[in-house]
Amino acid sequence: MDLFEYQARDIFEKHGVPVLAAAIATTAEEAEKAAEAIGGKVVVKAQVKVGGRGKAGGVKLAENPKDAREKADAILGMDIKGHTVRTVMIAAAAPIEAEYYLAILLDRSNRTFLVMASVSGGMDIEEVAHTAPEKLAKIPVSAVDGISLTKAKEIVAAAKFPADVADQVAEVLLKLWEVFQSEDATLVEVNPLVKTSDGKIVALDGKVTLDENADFRQPDHQGLVDEAGENPLEAAAKEKGLNYVKLEGEVGIIGNGAGLVMSTLDVVAYAGEKHGGVRPANFLDIGGGASAQVMADGLSIILGDKDVKSVFVNVFGGITACDSVANGIVQALELLGPKATKPIVVRLDGNSVLEGRAILKAAAHPLVEQADTMDGAANRAAELAAK
Amino acid sequence: MTIFINESSKVIVQGMTGSEGTKHTRRMLISGTNIVGGVTPGKGGQVVEIEGRQLPIFNTVAEAMSATHANVSVIFVPPKFAKAAVIDAINAKMPLVVVITEGIPVHDSASFYTYAQSVGSTQIIGPNCPGLISPGKSNVGIIPADITGAGPIGLVSKSGTLTYQMMYELRDIGFSTAVGIGGDPVIGTTHIDCLRAFQDDPDTKAIVMIGEIGGDAEERAAAFISEYVTKPVVGYIAGFTAPEGKTMGHAGAIVSGSSGTAQGKKDALEAAGVKVGQTPSETARLLRAIMGR
Repeated sequence: MDLFEYQARDIFEKHGVPVLAAAIATTAEEAEKAAEAIGGKVVVKAQVKVGGRGKAGGVKLAENPKDAREKADAILGMDIKGHTVRTVMIAAAAPIEAEYYLAILLDRSNRTFLVMASVSGGMDIEEVAHTAPEKLAKIPVSAVDGISLTKAKEIVAAAKFPADVADQVAEVLLKLWEVFQSEDATLVEVNPLVKTSDGKIVALDGKVTLDENADFRQPDHQGLVDEAGENPLEAAAKEKGLNYVKLEGEVGIIGNGAGLVMSTLDVVAYAGEKHGGVRPANFLDIGGGASAQVMADGLSIILGDKDVKSVFVNVFGGITACDSVANGIVQALELLGPKATKPIVVRLDGNSVLEGRAILKAAAHPLVEQADTMDGAANRAAELAAK
Repeated sequence: MTIFINESSKVIVQGMTGSEGTKHTRRMLISGTNIVGGVTPGKGGQVVEIEGRQLPIFNTVAEAMSATHANVSVIFVPPKFAKAAVIDAINAKMPLVVVITEGIPVHDSASFYTYAQSVGSTQIIGPNCPGLISPGKSNVGIIPADITGAGPIGLVSKSGTLTYQMMYELRDIGFSTAVGIGGDPVIGTTHIDCLRAFQDDPDTKAIVMIGEIGGDAEERAAAFISEYVTKPVVGYIAGFTAPEGKTMGHAGAIVSGSSGTAQGKKDALEAAGVKVGQTPSETARLLRAIMGR
């Protein structure tokens, strides 16, 4: 889960990473009040989970509270790369002398953690990484040993931070490691990390990604979920414990196993090329042991998507038995009754396939038709969606 | 021959007394796996009967190994306890540890992987994987044993159900070993580890490699194939239609920026001379054409 900047800032503050005074606002009035409370010049920053908001006009300096109100009014409701701005952060403005970059992340390729550090931070860090990679130090960090003060100092030296800030930056890095580890983060990034005109090091902007697998030991993380920003179908699916992602397309997809479902989306997209360019409408993995209830939940989510014109149920029975999947489909259609209106193409293979196919055949539901192969089923589902 | 497991593999099940552990112990026994005991901390000394076998339970992997001479452990414990279970197996110097558990925090898997590397005696497969099967010889994990039998194809895949699908497509030819390496961001055994083992296994004649979006494992595998693998390899990549920034089920299946895309992986494999199918069925046909079957 990616956090908003203000959530990252709050987590930084909780772990002692130096940050500036700030507050969030969802209306221009709130923004004015927040600016008054902070005092002096403030920065009004759009809260969106996407990069490049500065260049898109989502970050403005305000001279006074009234100005903050006007700037917030302009920024709230803005669309930045498809993300609507619903919240702004009002932060104290700092006189910046230098901009640095610090990040700790999971390095999948090397199956370890990695610190990236640069004295050329700011908006163009990706450009720096690309054109002057020598200015971005990359230091592996052992998942067992972590970052000690000695290791932090080594990293700061390797990135060639100036002597007058080196100790402060090492301290900040140590605290960022604490954030990374104790919050089960997979990314903690500060850009820019600034040196203010009075020589202090402050985290001006941050990005944090949290590992949802660790939710069982991170009870506070539930409160960080952006419910208002979720797609309503995705939110409904999550409530039912379903692994669902909404896409732009017409063929609803249900399958078992993440890999097979991803593959099903692709196969439908290829088949759709021959049928007016229809595309998969969603990703939905019902996982192992699909009960009638899970199938009903899945089908009702998909049939609730107004873009869906046909449904493709693709199951390879491993541990899951096809007869219980077939029973699930039949019972789901009974539960849904007249709410089920779209044609459903079912492809079953594997464990108890003959029993499964026989159950569907006996039920003879007018919306359901069976196909022998995955490619054939995808083609039929695409054809039905294109009608 | 096979890779990683064979008829002389002696297997213990960590978490055997839990419901998943019991269910899959039964399935593994039915498919002929030589299961010699289980580990559940606090339940040492008990004996459980599964499929007519009397299986001793031990408190630690070290005790289980000294009593049974087990050389493979398969882990079915819940995510919360998975790290401790893997560390127990590493400390006992268990040669092969297969972690089936889904949903382990990546800080835990990075930690036990790093620890296993530093001790240097344990190969980990997974986590979040279906395990591996050498049909007719040993089946460690949750792969159905009745899809197909022994044969000359080696298969390595991030995904469980795509493994089953591909075994089914090629069921008349059969497999030396099929390995599900798992879809998490940090896994113990990679495509490359399996490709090397299949290349070195005289009874594997051709290899199927299944990848998916996220990370750069397939690109690295492509580079490895160019320099090391002389046997024919066909590939399949899932996730061409996945949008950027959305996790597709597996914790590791996410496209970030230009990295980890299906097209990038397909291009890398094709540049290494690997034929890549557009669908699982087409991939199977490509392999048939190469093998003349």
